[in-house]
Amino acid sequence: MQVRSVHSGSGLQLQAVAMETEPHPAKNLSVFRTTEADPARHSEQHAAQYYTLSPTHLRTVFPHGLPPRFQMQVKTFNEGCVMVRPPALEIISHLKKADYSKPALHYLLYGATGCGKTMSLCHVLHYCSTQGWLVLHIPDAHLWVKNCKELLPSSSRPSRFDQPVQASQWLQNFKVTNDHFLSKIKTTRRYVWTKRERTEEGRPLAELVEQGVNRVKSSSDVVGALLRELRLQAGQGDFRLAVAVDGVNAAWGKTSLKKEDKSVLLEELTLIHNMRKMLNNDWCGGAIITALSQTGSLYTSRLSYLPQELLGQEGFDKMDPFVPVPVSNYTEKEFESCYLYYMDRNWLQHPNSKCECYTGFMSDLRYPSTAGNLFIIKSFKTVCGPSYCSNFTYNIILFIMQ
Amino acid sequence: MAASRAAVVGSLFWKCGSCSTGTFLICTNVNTQLLSRQICATPAMRRKNLAAAGPQKFTEEFIKKQVEEFNIGKRHLANMMDEDPQTFTQEDIDRSISYLFPSGLFDKRARPVMKHPDQVFPRQTAVQWGEDGRPFHYLFYTGKQSYYSLMHDMFSKILAVEKYQDRLRSKNLFSLDTKQISLAGSRWLLKEELEESLVENISDHDFARFIQLIERLVALPYGAAEEEFVLGYRRQLEVQSSKQEIQPLQYDQKGVAYSTADGRRKMSTASVTLKDSGSGKFTINGMDQLHYFPVLQDREQLLFPLHFARMLGRFDVDSSVTGGGRSAQAGALRLAISRALLSFLPEGQVEDMRQAGLLTPDPRVKERKKPGQEGARKKFTWKKR
Repeated sequence: MQVRSVHSGSGLQLQAVAMETEPHPAKNLSVFRTTEADPARHSEQHAAQYYTLSPTHLRTVFPHGLPPRFQMQVKTFNEGCVMVRPPALEIISHLKKADYSKPALHYLLYGATGCGKTMSLCHVLHYCSTQGWLVLHIPDAHLWVKNCKELLPSSSRPSRFDQPVQASQWLQNFKVTNDHFLSKIKTTRRYVWTKRERTEEGRPLAELVEQGVNRVKSSSDVVGALLRELRLQAGQGDFRLAVAVDGVNAAWGKTSLKKEDKSVLLEELTLIHNMRKMLNNDWCGGAIITALSQTGSLYTSRLSYLPQELLGQEGFDKMDPFVPVPVSNYTEKEFESCYLYYMDRNWLQHPNSKCECYTGFMSDLRYPSTAGNLFIIKSFKTVCGPSYCSNFTYNIILFIMQ
Repeated sequence: MAASRAAVVGSLFWKCGSCSTGTFLICTNVNTQLLSRQICATPAMRRKNLAAAGPQKFTEEFIKKQVEEFNIGKRHLANMMDEDPQTFTQEDIDRSISYLFPSGLFDKRARPVMKHPDQVFPRQTAVQWGEDGRPFHYLFYTGKQSYYSLMHDMFSKILAVEKYQDRLRSKNLFSLDTKQISLAGSRWLLKEELEESLVENISDHDFARFIQLIERLVALPYGAAEEEFVLGYRRQLEVQSSKQEIQPLQYDQKGVAYSTADGRRKMSTASVTLKDSGSGKFTINGMDQLHYFPVLQDREQLLFPLHFARMLGRFDVDSSVTGGGRSAQAGALRLAISRALLSFLPEGQVEDMRQAGLLTPDPRVKERKKPGQEGARKKFTWKKR
């Protein structure tokens, strides 16, 4: 059974070949990639093209930031390629033009499940990192409000609860990302952890982080102290601070943690309390880039994706004013690009995928908003999951045609 | 049972027609019992040993009488229903009986029926031997005379064809490209059908040998001479798809073609409207299919009929579905879409769809829980003592 090739092929990428200044004679299908690896120089010209993250950056900037499926893909393909898309470009352009002597701006990425919010966030963070900012990335705030095995009463305040495991893990990853800053920034006051342990004023932050990593019991308080120090010192102009939180609706949502069969309130968790203080825009010298996430959130409807629904009244008020950045499904061009990338990586193993099928179903993609037009091999699914936009909410599964 | 029931119905009409009453029970058994009554007869001995009696035997006069009664009863029935007795067909009889004797029984075979005695009573062989006790047929003592005579005839035909082939070979006129008997679109007789035509019981092994022999005859190059004989043992296969009712296309105000259909699976019902010249939009109960069915498997099921017919982006689908679980709803929608799609398809594709299993409603339903068991099949824990 063969796919009919009904149409006139929308080779938007192929048209771009004519306009490209450096034609690639060997592989005329490689226009889905761009050689520009610096996010600062990405623009509309590079839209819908993949750029490669260098391995060092992958290790340092994203020890914990990338979505798990993307990490698997990086491991499989031995390279990390991110698509340049309008939401990320928009935020980067805002960051370039912002005034950093004013209080930090909130940027909120929102959209349906699987549209690419986390990947856009990672792209922006890569930009911040290459520009020499200090990146404070909380990869998934939902992980801090559910499934915590250990919940200790806080050492510093009686009414709070600590999450030692999560805090120490996060501190380790933070160290990997921002090692070079930690020796330069100094503490502004003295912190007493226990009778025998304390951190004096003027010590480098690296010591603070060491303290948190080694003494797991006090790691949540260390996190609080770290955030306070960074808030205070970002305004002084030595460095810019980028606070990135994925799944920010967890900070004002519900929690499923229980202490001796009594539910814990969100305010009583140290980590969440400190995160909320960070998200307040009462500090300057940086930006707060956040993304909503319904997937990991508790007690929210599966189909909700708007900021009002996910953040709730309280969260919305706290985040207000923010710059909303909608993230939507792949457009035709982006879809073509993605398809070409997977073909190039030899991921799509269907005999028809190379020739007719491509022209045949490219033509079917007339209306990107409609789902269910085409089917791509379920291998797509294992890498990118069916409903994700990197999985084309077109719901693409290609049947192995007989 | 059918015989007695038909006899009852027939006898009613006989009573209507004439004053004489006739009992049509077979009294022979009762009579012999009365004649050979023993002195100390227990009830157990008087009970008929049904297994030993064998199948009921009907004499020829009995069958003839039944046929007369049937014909007279038919005329009475026609009079009762105010129709012309001359042109009263079997369908009319069935219709009238179901009107006069309405029955709520589920099994159609248990309902009152009035049919010609040839269809009601099984065919019986006539007496096989003459007055002197010598059997008529030369193969009587094999026990299965019709079967063995058929095999013998077939084999002699095979020999005749081979002899003809030898003659041709000797004259150098033998060629292999002769017209072969075409067996397409038909099937061999089933074992039950063969038994019916031979009026004899044959075993599975016998039937296999029969098929072997007749296929050997068909395989001979000059076997086309016996085409008539062979085709007598083949039954035509109907093209199943001709039984499918395809609704004609409907057109709405703008001239766009659309079709509607329903489908059911387990406990869910779905109703689907396919609109032509669409964009592949798919709405279920007002929601997009991606939101209604987050699971890949369900979406695959929905899109399979369209993909199979290679009309993926052509239609706009608007559907509603209630009841059942996620899989059942997906299955119901799939059936409904396939049925709606039939109106848009050319002839040959309807058969393809049927063979792909898209048009078959899935009969599996939840099995009922039985008393004394945990569930439909699961039993309570078995305790040895």
